[in-house]
Amino acid sequence: MSKQMQGRQIKLLQGNEACADAAIAAGCRFFAGYPISPSSEIAEHLSVLLPRVGGKFIQMEDEIAAMGAILGAAMTGAKVMTATSGPGYSLKQENIGYAVMAEIPCVIVDVMRGGPSTGLPTSPAQSDVMQARWGTHGDHPAVALAPASVREIYEETIRAFNISERYRIPVSLLIDEIIAHMRERLVVPDPSQIVLWQRPRPTVPPEQYLPFGDTATGVPPMADFGTGYRYHVTGLYHDARGLPKDTPEIVDSAIRRLMRKIELGMAEIQKYEEVGLLDAAVGVVAYGSSARSAKAAIRMARARGISVGLLRPVTLWPFPENAVRGLADRVKHIIVPEMNLGQLVLEVERVVAGRCPVHRVNRVTGEPIPPGDILAKIEELAKA
Amino acid sequence: MFDYEKYLRLEMFPHIWCPGCGDGIVMKSLLRAIDRVGLQKDEICMVSGIGCSSRLPGYVDFNTLHTTHGRPLAFATGVKLAKPALTVIVVTGDGDALAIGGNHFIHAARRNIDLTVLLFNNATYGMTGGQLAPTTPTGKIASTARDGSIDPPFDACKLAIAAGATYVARATSYHSQQLDRLIEGGIKHKGFSLIEVLENCNTYYGRPNKISLVELLEWEKDNTVNIKAAERMTPEQLQGKIITGLLYQAGRPEYVAGYEQHIARVQAKAGVAA
Repeated sequence: MSKQMQGRQIKLLQGNEACADAAIAAGCRFFAGYPISPSSEIAEHLSVLLPRVGGKFIQMEDEIAAMGAILGAAMTGAKVMTATSGPGYSLKQENIGYAVMAEIPCVIVDVMRGGPSTGLPTSPAQSDVMQARWGTHGDHPAVALAPASVREIYEETIRAFNISERYRIPVSLLIDEIIAHMRERLVVPDPSQIVLWQRPRPTVPPEQYLPFGDTATGVPPMADFGTGYRYHVTGLYHDARGLPKDTPEIVDSAIRRLMRKIELGMAEIQKYEEVGLLDAAVGVVAYGSSARSAKAAIRMARARGISVGLLRPVTLWPFPENAVRGLADRVKHIIVPEMNLGQLVLEVERVVAGRCPVHRVNRVTGEPIPPGDILAKIEELAKA
Repeated sequence: MFDYEKYLRLEMFPHIWCPGCGDGIVMKSLLRAIDRVGLQKDEICMVSGIGCSSRLPGYVDFNTLHTTHGRPLAFATGVKLAKPALTVIVVTGDGDALAIGGNHFIHAARRNIDLTVLLFNNATYGMTGGQLAPTTPTGKIASTARDGSIDPPFDACKLAIAAGATYVARATSYHSQQLDRLIEGGIKHKGFSLIEVLENCNTYYGRPNKISLVELLEWEKDNTVNIKAAERMTPEQLQGKIITGLLYQAGRPEYVAGYEQHIARVQAKAGVAA
């Protein structure tokens, strides 16, 4: 399956396998999970890979427990991950909110399937875009990444770990089933070429340490449990020392700092691809496997002389507002194809704010969006 | 005089517990037991869920993790497996451990993972105002059972033994010296240890049931029998009594130690230098 070529390792890998490999490369040493289609291959691979590198894999009794276990492990300093799909992602939401509040780095892979409920267990969908943003209760920042190829799953898994560590925040990796189960060629980067970020750790003695204090970046340093920095961690509102406090001043500054640390990091958390937009009269905004269909549709449209381009957000949350606003100023129409009944399009419409019409192409049948569906919309708009 | 302050976060006081609550008695017992085991504060990770008793870790100077309702055993499993050198003590209530967290309770026991679980059983949901708990005796009044509960209660110790726990003890907040010894034994035991403590919530269990604080404490004394004394008693004498003490102890492979062996095995097989 793999061979050495010019110093690089070339592999033919399934998306879920690439995710597991990348987690190891990113330094993940603890995984807790629960079986669920279509994500199970990630757990299966990591159950083999982790013990070999001295890491720990544990299959927990349920999705909630898996989320709790990774957060406990993360408190000891480990880089941690869990993987699930829609129903399991719903179950994890309360503990994801805990990770936001207690600022515990972790990566949650959600291989999206059709919902609601048990829905379509092995069919593709992009059903959890809004769950990734608002799944847990209360105001909170959210980071979600949506890769569109096996290679990008590898890259974005590493980036998910990096962002989660540097910003002390849970990061969701939203993979649609098509990409997760697709096999593609992957040039595995040499470990020396992979840039890894670590969580900030305290540089002051324990008596001066503030585990939830404000800093220039908004991210406080995080001490590993058992290293002399004894402190309290709670999902309650808390002061800089982590002790429960609910005065209006403390609550207000705490939640605003949680939001601000991600706003300050926007430039490096944001990632999107632009294709053929310089001369485009029509812009397609698409992500994940829908972006692959969109690219095919755009090629066909351009062959027919229609100037159309693609804006492909890789980071869905925080939403690439400026890029979408810039697109709306340049094109006459925006098309948003999604394998749901319109989720990210709501955000596109909000940001475009009437600058140009926004059109939807949706499919929720458990099938990928055929390029023809998007092409038909492009041609319709080009004629209008 | 025992130096409690050595282990307390004094700036956190006064605590949230009602006058007469058993939680403070149990907390002091826990601190004495930790002291007797001789552990350093840095070596201890204390994990709790949600509820009155789960506020305890906020008051003590260890690595403390106050998690979500019912989930402390899931978090604690992650802490212990990722960093076996830590002594992990779980502080949980009867609702936290046996209702919303029941699944984690039986599976942590099944794995026999080296956690010490101190289960505060006050037969009610105190923090939320005295609703029916999985431990409320049938017939008693709760704010969601105003005409008396028709639900049968759980026996946490029997449940733990059946699920695979290897150290199972029951004590009361009245018999605090016995409680010290049982907690100490639980911490020293390598495996899943449960110490269930019968204690009172005079505010939300006593008041609606018209039982005074003194009566609640006397009940702990009069209705429990130490397992050693029980051996000399007849079935008639034991009628209606609750047995306390170390109810069960067994040797069985511990989960984290087993995992370390598993790592060594697969690394040897794969030719990885450990």
